[in-house]
Amino acid sequence: MVERHSWFTLAAHLVLILGVALIAFPLYVTLIASTHALPTLLQGRMPLTPGDQTWINYSTVLGEGMSLSGTPPVSLMLLNTLVVALGISLGKIAISIIAAYAIVYFRFPFRMTCFWLIFVTLMLPVEVRILPTYKVVADLGLLDSYTGLILPLIASATGTFLFRQFFMTVPPELAEAARIDGAGPIRFFLHILLPLARNSMAALFVIQFIYGWNQYLWPLVVTTKQSYYTVVLVMSRLVNVVDVAPRWNLIMAIALLAMIPPVIVVIAMQRWFVKGLVETEK
Amino acid sequence: MPTRAVFPDKVTPYLLLAPQLAVTLVFFIWPAVQALRQSVLVEDAFGLATRFVWFENFERLFHDPNYLHSFEVTAVFSLAVACFGLALSLLLAAMADHVLRGAGLYKTLLIWPYAVAPAVCGALYGFLFDPTVGEVTHALRPLGVTWNYIQNGNQALLLVIVAACWNQISYNFVFFLAGLQSIPKSLIEAAALDGAGPGRRFWSVKFPLLSPTAFFLLTVNVVYAFFGTFGIIDVLTKGGPAMATDILVYKVYSDSFRALDLGGSAAQSVVLMAIVIALTVAQFRYVERKVHY
Repeated sequence: MVERHSWFTLAAHLVLILGVALIAFPLYVTLIASTHALPTLLQGRMPLTPGDQTWINYSTVLGEGMSLSGTPPVSLMLLNTLVVALGISLGKIAISIIAAYAIVYFRFPFRMTCFWLIFVTLMLPVEVRILPTYKVVADLGLLDSYTGLILPLIASATGTFLFRQFFMTVPPELAEAARIDGAGPIRFFLHILLPLARNSMAALFVIQFIYGWNQYLWPLVVTTKQSYYTVVLVMSRLVNVVDVAPRWNLIMAIALLAMIPPVIVVIAMQRWFVKGLVETEK
Repeated sequence: MPTRAVFPDKVTPYLLLAPQLAVTLVFFIWPAVQALRQSVLVEDAFGLATRFVWFENFERLFHDPNYLHSFEVTAVFSLAVACFGLALSLLLAAMADHVLRGAGLYKTLLIWPYAVAPAVCGALYGFLFDPTVGEVTHALRPLGVTWNYIQNGNQALLLVIVAACWNQISYNFVFFLAGLQSIPKSLIEAAALDGAGPGRRFWSVKFPLLSPTAFFLLTVNVVYAFFGTFGIIDVLTKGGPAMATDILVYKVYSDSFRALDLGGSAAQSVVLMAIVIALTVAQFRYVERKVHY
């Protein structure tokens, strides 16, 4: 048995509490700032207790948006972000699970070529090929559309690897038995493999939902119409205003609204989040 | 590569692979090939004629003091983000691994920054460190520090490093904690029986066993600092002041969409691709090595 010094345990708790407080501090300031009127924030030191402008601030950003900075209502942008995040996460799961199924359960010419083509996507993050990818999307007429926002980000080597890894752990006798019982590949996939892969799908969903929700550079280059703005995208526009002070109370309200959904997903699906994080990197 | 290969169908696998391959070819391979092609061409001012110039674009790039400066900034930035981020998260993970009570709660309270978008993180830090109204700016004033990251390049770089570390800390924490918890208890007990205290047990037993995780996280963090921090930079500093935070990926973006220098930005893309490939290979060699442990 390992001995435990009570002073050391106490020190560990202190370090952790300090760490948690340090990490939560920006969030706390954001929350407080979003409950005050702008003059309160601009006239010197900000109070560290909640103000009484919460309702006004939040209803303003959700309902009208900040027309001065050229942004639509946050409710519309939250909806756009949700569409993009769900499109990317569900789309990635769908196309990578069937691709992994093909690679694991079939033997066909060019199997390894296909595998390498998928693998290569790991090495080409969107930031690296931004201009030519923009050109492809523009040529296809997909600028300012959900398809243009979602489709180019949907291929995922990590997803295919994760499902391949999982399929390799499924006993081969299962597929053998299904085949002997007369089930074709589609039936085996839908009725046996898919229910077994639920945990892997949940893990991938958390990671990819966050990835999709937090996209910044790609929406920045493919959207020009306000009706397709995502909430993450407008951050720079709000903060970098010229000639006037940024309206921090409203910006902090928008920032908070922009992080609530992904934070809820991570905390509510914590078990799968950790699993997804650790397993997609294998 | 092994396969289960139970179904003899010849067409089905291609149909199953078609969506992923189509997206990969159209949005990944084709643009990458275009970047490679553009990087060895020069277009005239009207975009009417192109000329094949071998490596002229790259030569121009590596003789451009701004580009070399951007390389330096990226190196300092990514090293600082990786080192500070890893040190802090390792400390927290070691403590969370030690405590018995409340470990789960600490974990929940430490993982949420992962979910915050880099651009949103930038907005949070922009307010906290605002030169006139920022909470931290006020706190620094009595200490004699004039905080103005909008004019002071070093402060700007420091700010984006702090923001990037904050955003990435959960990721590192989760991996370090998982690594610590997978160390067999018998090893720790043996060390304790031999009289090693908590500090000695950490540095002589746990830390060496964690080194593969640390190396993996190092490459992941460098990749993150290179590419994942675009939103933070764009919201906080836009590469400024005076290019003090102009990291490579930000430069590709501004040269592509503002300066519209096709050949130059394509050459920059190709350099970045080479860097990602090198880092990915390093990461995969780590995975191979881990198998032998």
